[in-house]
Amino acid sequence: MFRFITSRLLQSLLALFLVITATFFMIRFVPGGPFTAEKAVTPEILRNLEAHYGLDRPLWRQYLDYLVSLGRGDLGPSFKYPNRTVNEIIGDKLPVSAELGALALAFALVIGITLGTLAAVYRNTWIDYVASTFGMMGISIPTFVVGPLLVLGLAIHLGWFNASGWYGPADRVLPAIVLGFAYAAPVSRLTRGGMLEILGQDFIRTARAKGASELRIITRHALRGGLLPVVSFLGPAVAGILTGSFVIETIFQIPGIGREFVNSAFNRDYTLVLGTVILYAVLIMALNLVVDIVQAWMNPKVRLEE
Amino acid sequence: MLRPLTSALALLLLGLAAGCGRPANPPVTPASGPAAAAAPAKGGPMIWRVGNGAEPQDLDPHIVTGVPEHKILMALFEGLLSENPQDLSPEPGIAERWEISPDGLTYTFHLRAGAQWSDGVPITSTTFVRSYQRMLTPALGAEYASMLHHVRNAKAYNEGKLTDFSQVGFKEVDERTLRVTLNQRTPFLLKMIATHYSWYPVPIHVIEKFGGLARKGTAWTRKENFVGNGPFILKDWKPQQVLLAARNPRFWDHARVRLDEIHFFAVENQDSEERMFRTGQLDLTNELPVAKIDVYRKEFPESLRIDPYLGLYFYRFNVERPPLNDKRVRRALALAVDRESLVKNVTRGGQIPAFSVSYPGTAGYAPTAKLTGKVEEARQLLAAAGFPGGQGFPKLELLYNTSQNHRLVAEAIQQMWRRQLGIDIGLRNEEWKVYLDTTDARKFDLQRGGWIADYVDPHSFLEIWTSDNLNNDTGFKNADYDRLFAKALAAPDDTARYAVYQEMDALLVEELPVIPIYHYTRVVAMNPRVQGVYPTLLDNHPYKYVWLRDAAR
Repeated sequence: MFRFITSRLLQSLLALFLVITATFFMIRFVPGGPFTAEKAVTPEILRNLEAHYGLDRPLWRQYLDYLVSLGRGDLGPSFKYPNRTVNEIIGDKLPVSAELGALALAFALVIGITLGTLAAVYRNTWIDYVASTFGMMGISIPTFVVGPLLVLGLAIHLGWFNASGWYGPADRVLPAIVLGFAYAAPVSRLTRGGMLEILGQDFIRTARAKGASELRIITRHALRGGLLPVVSFLGPAVAGILTGSFVIETIFQIPGIGREFVNSAFNRDYTLVLGTVILYAVLIMALNLVVDIVQAWMNPKVRLEE
Repeated sequence: MLRPLTSALALLLLGLAAGCGRPANPPVTPASGPAAAAAPAKGGPMIWRVGNGAEPQDLDPHIVTGVPEHKILMALFEGLLSENPQDLSPEPGIAERWEISPDGLTYTFHLRAGAQWSDGVPITSTTFVRSYQRMLTPALGAEYASMLHHVRNAKAYNEGKLTDFSQVGFKEVDERTLRVTLNQRTPFLLKMIATHYSWYPVPIHVIEKFGGLARKGTAWTRKENFVGNGPFILKDWKPQQVLLAARNPRFWDHARVRLDEIHFFAVENQDSEERMFRTGQLDLTNELPVAKIDVYRKEFPESLRIDPYLGLYFYRFNVERPPLNDKRVRRALALAVDRESLVKNVTRGGQIPAFSVSYPGTAGYAPTAKLTGKVEEARQLLAAAGFPGGQGFPKLELLYNTSQNHRLVAEAIQQMWRRQLGIDIGLRNEEWKVYLDTTDARKFDLQRGGWIADYVDPHSFLEIWTSDNLNNDTGFKNADYDRLFAKALAAPDDTARYAVYQEMDALLVEELPVIPIYHYTRVVAMNPRVQGVYPTLLDNHPYKYVWLRDAAR
């Protein structure tokens, strides 16, 4: 176990280094820079600007400088928002996205697992069809359609919510439902598949023969194995959901990290691009590791030392 | 056993479906419904809630470059001069009066007694001199420093060729007198000072405390440190959400200010913004989606606001590339564009078809030379240039930045060229900064361009086509045009200056380095209770004149 985790950590560090290096150079080779603007500035002013941010130094030197300051945990200043550092922006925005993500994930898991289990237990009945239809809807209707529809119905016509914003608890409801809906669908389909496989196995039959109630069989015996596919899906999904959704954050004007992630690339905000990429990479690596460990715990057939 | 759960879920699903599929009721009028609940009751504070586009970069007038920042800085700062609410002409600001020397080179500003920052520190002529020195300091790297380059030696100082600031044309005669000396006559200088934030003073005494004058992005613009001198002060700033400005009791003209607070919402998405307006979260939007214009015309005409805007939508030619180096080809392409049909069917926001580069009615100037001619003439010109019926015309491309609206315009014009002239122009879109880079390198045949004036003066649109202007980007170089440009600046008064502009506009319509397409409009949704917002050509609305009907005060 210890050896497995150490070796995975080392692999992750190497991968992270490669990601940082590739991102650093790729964003520099994209046409346009942080100061490219419609109103041209004189070459002298542009030189002043670049000197101010150290962009006039050789690229390899800037790269080394970046790595050194990264070693100190300093992600640098933002080019687009001069009075904020990348550390601050991530520190401000990540908790917002994480809060929304946690709420959405809770919604997705409750709805998805319930529906998926029901569909598996009542296979090929109307319940299954309703659940599957829900799953298909969630997968095929994009959030930028569901979001505005809910706002139209619940905010504009009924007046229950603000159309957008992130001020009070009520402002959390619509975005969490919309984002959760998108994740509930795959969760319900994966749960159904996993449960169908488990419910046909011998130990379930044994449990039934021993007279265990159907509810007990499902919650105590079947779910643990039936949720395995959901768990492997959750690793990358949690990383994605925690680092924010550009679409949801734009529709609902939520000050989350997802918008920064996308907009920083448009703004050629070099340091913010790198900061958000590093954040995303670290989260994905960490969560995949967690998933591997959890899977080993849930399924004795998986062995970590191989 | 699972039955109750099942039915509960079914109910939940039905509820969701009902929420999604609910037919669009007759929409709530913006002023009622949840709006009324959210709006302050009579007697409460008068708060104006405004959709302000992108998140402001910063609040430092020497650093920022965008329109959303400008809208906020107008509340938080005031320059030597301020703007008239109806036509933006210069009015007294921190300067209560001013004199211009007969040769037009020296401006003397007399500052009002008692002008002060929001922390009570007095504003003197030294404040202005030191502010402008900071703006021009090379190490600060201020992008809009060129706005001050009209002042004597300012450019040399900004470019590091001169290190002695006392040689730059900003002088404190005494505590309340500031003298500005120019390189050459600059007839629009007062308009520039009144309108553009690069001329605002900055609180030197505060900036010095936070890392010095030559550093960008220091903590002085944080909400806990910020000091301004405008009609409003910074009350709170939640990045990517909202910035609150509250009335400034230390503002010299505070008795005139009627609003208690302005809330600037950072809303980048037009559709979200429109929904916020519908639920009453906003009194004024920054934009209105094109698809909603007709809906508003029919359903809530009282909330639809279309104002003329001093901007030109045009296509640049790369005049060095054949066959676009042939004036006849350029004219043929320009004549084949049906502007009336374009603004009526494609852009649909009341835009004004453009037959000249200058806007008809800029501070009393209207160009008389117009781009007119029949499509028949266009065909003849094309034939004369060697492409009868479009035969043999090379495959050219029109470059535009990726956007639904630009694509629609480009496709419509592509059709017009194909139908009227028999030529096929390809369309190429690029992401914004890539497109700017391509434009700057002039790697295009035709390019979509736009230009918004910085101040209400025809100079704004005419200066860009001089040979060495950095925004020209067409390869158009014309010695006559450059000569006229210099002549206009030297003109003794506006009548003489405008007469020269007539020649310049005529020359542009003759030479056509660009195809003028339409003059912009600002299309927004505004709650009819907002008062004191006039159509001002630049969409600037000096906030001390704005108020809300049916609210306190």
